[in-house]
Order: sequence, then C-alpha cells, then structure tokens
Amino acid sequence: MGEKEMSTYHRPVPNTWWLKRKPYILFMIRELTSVFVAGYCIFLLVLVYKLTQGTDAYGNFMVALKSPSSVVIHLITLAFVLYHTITWFNLTPKILVLYRGEERIPQGLVAGVFYAGWVVVSVIVVWLVLVV
Amino acid sequence: MAETMKLEIFRYQPEKESEPSFQTYAVPFREDWVVLDAINHIKDEIDGTLSYRWSCQMGVCGSCGIMINNVPKLSCAAFLKDYYPDKIRIEPLTGFPVERDLIFEMDDFMTKLTEIQPYIIRKEGEEKPLDQGEYLQSPAELAHFKQYSMCINCMLCYAACPVYAIDSTFIGPAAIALGQRYNMDSRDQGRDSRQELIASHEGIWECTFVGECSAVCPKDVDPAAAIQRAKVSSTVDWFKDVLIPWGKKK
Repeated sequence: MGEKEMSTYHRPVPNTWWLKRKPYILFMIRELTSVFVAGYCIFLLVLVYKLTQGTDAYGNFMVALKSPSSVVIHLITLAFVLYHTITWFNLTPKILVLYRGEERIPQGLVAGVFYAGWVVVSVIVVWLVLVV
Repeated sequence: MAETMKLEIFRYQPEKESEPSFQTYAVPFREDWVVLDAINHIKDEIDGTLSYRWSCQMGVCGSCGIMINNVPKLSCAAFLKDYYPDKIRIEPLTGFPVERDLIFEMDDFMTKLTEIQPYIIRKEGEEKPLDQGEYLQSPAELAHFKQYSMCINCMLCYAACPVYAIDSTFIGPAAIALGQRYNMDSRDQGRDSRQELIASHEGIWECTFVGECSAVCPKDVDPAAAIQRAKVSSTVDWFKDVLIPWGKKK
C-alpha cells in the first residue's frame, strides 16, 4: 500500500482554476454578485438610519446619492443584482421539483411563477414610488 | 494522403518519471471515430505503453471517462469530427490521483459510494417475508426518483466539480445523488441512517451549486438538483427539530 501511495500523482489545483472554462467563470460571477446584493442591503439600512436622524440628515444623504459616482455605483449594482436574480430564478426549477401524477410540472412554468412574482412586486413598488 | 488529427495525451509512468508530461500522437481522422477509437489506434499501432480504461464502447459501463480539452467526457461518446481539425488535449479525470497515464485511482469514490448505502433499507421488523412478494410501487412513485437511478458511476461529475478537486473530503455529486435516489424511493426507509453523512459538512453543505456535475452527466442524472433538494429537506428537518422538538416521532 505504501508504495502505491507514493507512486500516484496528485495534480495541483491552481487558484486560477475558474478561468479555465466559461461555466466556472459564470459561476464565480454569480458568487461575486452576492457581495453587491449584501452591499445594497447595507445601503438600505443606512438609508433607514438617515431617516431616523431627521429631515436635514436624510435630505443631505439624498443629495449625495444624486452625484455621478453614486449613480454609476448604483447602475453597476443593478446589473449585478439582476444577474444574481435571473441566474437564481433559472435554477429554482431544479430545486422545486413538482409532479402532477407521473408528469413533472414543466421547469419553465416553475421559473415563470418566480418571474411573475417579481413583476407583480416591481409593479407595486413603482406604484408606491410614483403614484402614492 | 489521408487526413490526420493530433492527440496530445497526458503521460505518467511512475517507474520512469516523477512528473507527468504530454505526448502528441497523430492518428488518422475518420468521421465515424470516437476519441476512444483513436486512443485504441494509438495503443494498437503506435505506442503499446499507453494505459487507459475502457470496456463497453456504448456509454453504459462508465469506464472510459477522460478530460477532453478540460471537459470531462466518456471517450466512447465524443466524436473526433466535433474537434477536427484542432488538436485534442486528453487528460485523466480531474480531481483524482493519477496511477498511470489516463488511469486514476477511484478508491475514494468507491468508499464514498459504499458509505452512502445505495440500496433499499427497511426498518427493523418491517422487512417483508419473501413469500409475501415484492414491495409494490406505482409509476408515479417511480417517476420521482427514476432520473437519479440512471447513474453509471462514470465519475465525470466528480471531475467537473471544483469543490471536489479542491477538497476531496466532499462526498460528491454521484454518491449524494444515489443516496437521494434511495431516500426518494417509496420502498425505502433508510433516510435516517443516510442522513448523518448526507447532511454533514462533507455532504450537501460543501456543495456551492456550480452545476457542472449535471452539465457533464452523460445520463442526465442531474446530481446538482439532487443535492439542492437534499439541502431543502435537511433544512426542513432542522426547522422541525427546532420548532416542534416534541413532534419528531412519525
């Protein structure tokens, strides 16, 4: 056995393993998007905190948000959060496997329910912001 | 002059060298040849020292898995014409120690496969006597796990899994999918005894859902889905334990 252990060759895994193939790169991007999702959650908490600090503090914060650098950061965050949402929504039918008798409910339908929910929530948010 | 194709093959001969190297062979290009045909041609006509595994040549035995241009594939199911006229780079399946050339050590997988108990387990006293016949199952009950039962243990999913390559303590896609296959079988009662391993850190929670195990599976088993579904049921178990600890008995 000892001799066998010595003779096998263990191939090293370089830190750049994920650059070898496109699916691994896309996976790493999906992992990276979590940082932006978490970042935006922290931003929302800060926003609520500023609201508790009075009208001036909140107003100043809102002005700062309109700066070009803030807009660019928000657009980049939006892109990553969209990537995060779409990739995970597309994966949900793998986890949520439903059957009607012997027939599996189509994966597109399962993902479609999530997309429909997304649209409904987005419409409500737009209505709250623009109309109410 | 007949057309030829180049195969760049990983060579490791431990009695001769401590480090592997690549050797390039020119083989005749034929429309109907798969990569395994080309490797067999090398073995028979060019270099008899080349070592590799193969058997059925029809995608059933799961012996001939290799890396072709960094992608795990059955060499009996990968056609030369899909790569022609480029050179093909062939290596043993990633993530496993190499014994010689394209032959890798599969002991780790075999151990994990055994540990997951991939067979029907009945609770004590609930085993039916033989004269009472088989355990019946409806087509709908079969449909729930049939996909996971198609595994041929070819280990392509392990080679596609970066988690396994980095940390080989991970139980891995095929073994967990087979555990899940029996957990979902209406005739089985062994989920509890598999759960300790499946729900351990080395089990499902090591998986980061890269999803390539399912993409490379030649039998559409979809081990990534099996693992995520096991995560859901383990999470439900945990919530039940915490929220209704008195309700554990079924």
